[in-house]
Formats: sequence, C-alpha cells, structure tokens
Amino acid sequence: MKYTIQINEGPYTHQASDSAYNFTKAVLEKGYEVFRVFFYHDGVNNATRLTTPPQDDRNVVNRWSELAAAHDLDLVVCVAAAQRRGIADAEESQRNGKDADNLAPGFRISGLGQLIEGGIISDRLVVFGD
Amino acid sequence: MSSVIKQFLYVNRKAPYGTVYALESLEVVLIGAAFEQDVRLMFMDDGVFQITKGQETTDIGMKNFSPTFGALGDYDVKYMYVCKQSLEERGLTVDDLMDLKWEDEDDDWAEKDSIILVDRAEIKSLMTDADVVLSF
Repeated sequence: MKYTIQINEGPYTHQASDSAYNFTKAVLEKGYEVFRVFFYHDGVNNATRLTTPPQDDRNVVNRWSELAAAHDLDLVVCVAAAQRRGIADAEESQRNGKDADNLAPGFRISGLGQLIEGGIISDRLVVFGD
Repeated sequence: MSSVIKQFLYVNRKAPYGTVYALESLEVVLIGAAFEQDVRLMFMDDGVFQITKGQETTDIGMKNFSPTFGALGDYDVKYMYVCKQSLEERGLTVDDLMDLKWEDEDDDWAEKDSIILVDRAEIKSLMTDADVVLSF
C-alpha cells in the first residue's frame, strides 16, 4: 500500500501536523510506503527551521526532518503557498530578492503538480486539516 | 503515469474570503485539470457561498476570484455538485448561484449546466466513488 499525506495546517495551532506525523510513522512501522508528504495552506509553516518551541515541548519541524532522514521521505512544500507565507529555500530567496531563507533540512519546495502526482500514483491520499 | 486517469473530487466547505482555503483549493483544481484527470467539484456547508452570483470584494481589499469558476468548463471540469441542504440552511436557491456551463464535444458543443444539486445521501456515494477526495 502506497500513501501520500497532505497537511493543511501549521504547527502548534492545530493538531493536524501532529496527527499526520503519527499517522506517517505508523504507516512506515507497518511496512507500507509513503510516496510523499505534501504541505499546503498554512501547512507550509511546518517547514521553517526558525521554529523554536519551549524546551519541554515537542519540536514539530525537527521531528519531520528527522523522520525524513531516517526513512528517506519526500517532504514537499507548495511553492505558491510558501511564497505567500514567507517560507523559502536559498534558491527561492535569491530568486525573489529576499535577504534570508528558512527551509528546514529534509524539505524541498515544489509545485502543486507534486500533490496531484501523489494522488495519481498512491493508493491512498490522506488529508490532515482543520 | 499519464495513462492513469483517476477521479479527483474536491470538496469545498468554507466561505470564499474569510479564509484562504477556497482560493488555494481552486489553484489545486486548475493544476489537477492540467494533468488531464477526471476533476469534479463539490460545494457543501459554507462552501456554497464560493459560487454565489455578484461577488464584490473591492471594499475588503481582496481579489474576487469567483470568475475563475466560470472558466473551469474550458478545463474540462464538467461536474460541480452542490449540497441541496446546505443551500436551504443558508436561505439560498440555485438562482443565487453563478450560471456555470461546460461544452459537450460529443453533442455538437452544446452548453450544459455544470451545477448539479445533490442531497446528503448522494454526496455519500459520490465520495465513495471518487478515487481521491481532497477536502478544503
């Protein structure tokens, strides 16, 4: 069974990213494949490495980076949604004439076609939102 | 990959301008249609406000994106399901909605209505029949 996961809400305000993380981990533990995790709407805010939660709380962003490194996950951030909300990698930042970038390790920025492709290729597309 | 055609059902449940979901859902719809998939839209709950006639956004300083729905027929989006109960609960009828059309190439390009009123039982089976349900 092949899964694509879509996350539509940012970290901490909504539980969506936590639920998606737990679901993704469970899918991998069961031995199924995660084709892609796609971050959309405020979900792109899960991809900023500047996130600094209190020490006694979970770090939602780092947790995704670590899961990606351990399982070679494809974490894709929608470019249009990211531009609106100030999420950029070095290349995007330079292209738009900005003075900083903030994309966390393990994430990459790409287009909505990656979500549609996920829907076509995967057996299940599971959406986590509000 | 291009040979696979799946039915994508986009479920729109929120009003157009209070949150960004409607606008960004429409962006996915346009990309999905370019992938030559079977794209269908559903409007329920406050989502029915997205396709009401005469939207005027000048005073709120936001872009009125409702005309884009009128162009979806050109992207081969033929079916827009609207929840009957959601309309009734909000004091709306189909006459309050935009006149959305698609052209049927198998019927001498006759213009046909895109909007199909459905009840909740029909919504259930439409969701079951879709390969991919994207909820916004």
